[in-house]
Amino acid sequence: MMARTMLRVERVTKRFGGLVAVDGLSFDVNEREVLGIIGPNGSGKTTMLNMMSGAFKPSEGFISLSDRQISGKAAQTIARAGVGRTFQLVRLLPGLTVLENVVAGAVFGHRRQWGQSAKMMALRMMDRVNLNIAPNAPISELTYIDQKRVELARALCGEPNILLLDEWLAGLNPTELEAGIDLIKTLQDEGRTIILVEHVMGAIRSLCDKCVVMASGAKIAEGSPEHVLADPEVIRAYLGDEDE
Amino acid sequence: MIRGSFTELLIIALLAAFAATVPLIANGYWLSVCVTGMMYIALATSWSMFSGPTHYISLATAAFFGLGGYLLATGMSDYQQPFWLMLAIVPFTGAVLAALIGLATLRLSGVYFVIFTLGLAEMIRNLVSWIQNNFLGSRGLYVLTDYTEKHIYWMLLAVAATVYMLGWLINRSRLGFSLRIIGGDETVARHVGINTATAKVILFITTGFFGALVGGILAPRYSYIEPNQVFSPQLSFLVVIVALLGGSGRLWGPLVGVIPFTILWELVQTYFPNQTTLFLGVVFLVIVYFLPHGVVGRLEQILKQVRKRRS
Repeated sequence: MMARTMLRVERVTKRFGGLVAVDGLSFDVNEREVLGIIGPNGSGKTTMLNMMSGAFKPSEGFISLSDRQISGKAAQTIARAGVGRTFQLVRLLPGLTVLENVVAGAVFGHRRQWGQSAKMMALRMMDRVNLNIAPNAPISELTYIDQKRVELARALCGEPNILLLDEWLAGLNPTELEAGIDLIKTLQDEGRTIILVEHVMGAIRSLCDKCVVMASGAKIAEGSPEHVLADPEVIRAYLGDEDE
Repeated sequence: MIRGSFTELLIIALLAAFAATVPLIANGYWLSVCVTGMMYIALATSWSMFSGPTHYISLATAAFFGLGGYLLATGMSDYQQPFWLMLAIVPFTGAVLAALIGLATLRLSGVYFVIFTLGLAEMIRNLVSWIQNNFLGSRGLYVLTDYTEKHIYWMLLAVAATVYMLGWLINRSRLGFSLRIIGGDETVARHVGINTATAKVILFITTGFFGALVGGILAPRYSYIEPNQVFSPQLSFLVVIVALLGGSGRLWGPLVGVIPFTILWELVQTYFPNQTTLFLGVVFLVIVYFLPHGVVGRLEQILKQVRKRRS
């Protein structure tokens, strides 16, 4: 049976004044697939993610979720349509407790739950991401990986059709990194559709079904992690030419 | 997720019942002070409903208040309309103005929003003065009613109680929770699915509605209305100071701030009439340096420390 396309990116370009941050990018993500977007710093990965989540509107091109166009729509519309995300720099709500941070995803997300059902959902997702902390604890008491877990739990609470993880593994120590990769692996095993923007190549190799490699806003390679990471052009984009 | 308990509401109801007896006890000067205090309670509580959780500091209160008072006076003085009819109309004009400001400032936040609201309130004051001077002649607007300070106080109490009840209900709703998330991080709010524009505009409209209503209720107190008086920008700052002094993080914060501030303000106006601006500046500095979360915030902090020590 052919896998259903969950998200389609077609010739998407994003310009900031004279700077072309993303240049005519196209790719598909199938249902239950984990796609990695990799590339050197400044290659346009996060800009692409921001367009998928509605933070930016593409200058050109289309993005569709389950054959419904989402490009150009507001972030809240896209979130409700089933796109959940985390941020490159963790964004938590400092005045709210851990539970309140997580429950926000359930209250306003895909299913818009309220009251006890939203709270139960939040507690389930806290458990799901192995967040072992009192629900009423303030955010300031969390370790870095637990802050990331809260953000992930919040995204999962929205019951998204596709999950966008922006460098979720960045900044973790080796032990935390191992735990983080294992956690994302369990999400993959549940059959979730995930897009990972990552620099951790070990995670890309072990988690991704497919990779898109970006450099200077354009796609320079696409395929399995083994295939793209061995591509000379990808190596050149990361390491530069010998004579440079 | 849900804020505001039934106990809190019961305490507020008892306080309101007690406050309703004030005109039976106080008269003259002290009743006048209580009217001013009740005006600040109504204005600062409705201001806090929007600005408290979202951290959008609005300096447009004078615009709503002035519009309410001025339109009511125009209706009564120029068109011989009854007080109650005008009082029923003016809150909606405040709401429409708030909706226009809200829609115009959707993309603004932080200091830009503050400056915009202040500038807009000043623009409206000058526009109304200009229209009056150039088209309506320099005749005054009179609001002559049989209502005394006592009646104005009770009307303001009814509005303050309604504002509080509405704020309590909002705090227990999805809308209230969305405002707290917007105040925490608006980008996150949008990405979890909150229509931030709608939430902000709804609450801002509420503030505008009650601001104009309070302005209309206060009009008979002045009897003679002129734009520079009802659109005074000082009111916008006073409301912010009252709310911040009490603590805008809680709905009952302004209630705590209003009593000490009103008494101090009256004393300063009586004994140091030329130093009122200096006084405001000092109070503002004290809040910023020593009470950034208001009296309520400081009390909560102390309670937390006591509990920690005990445990």
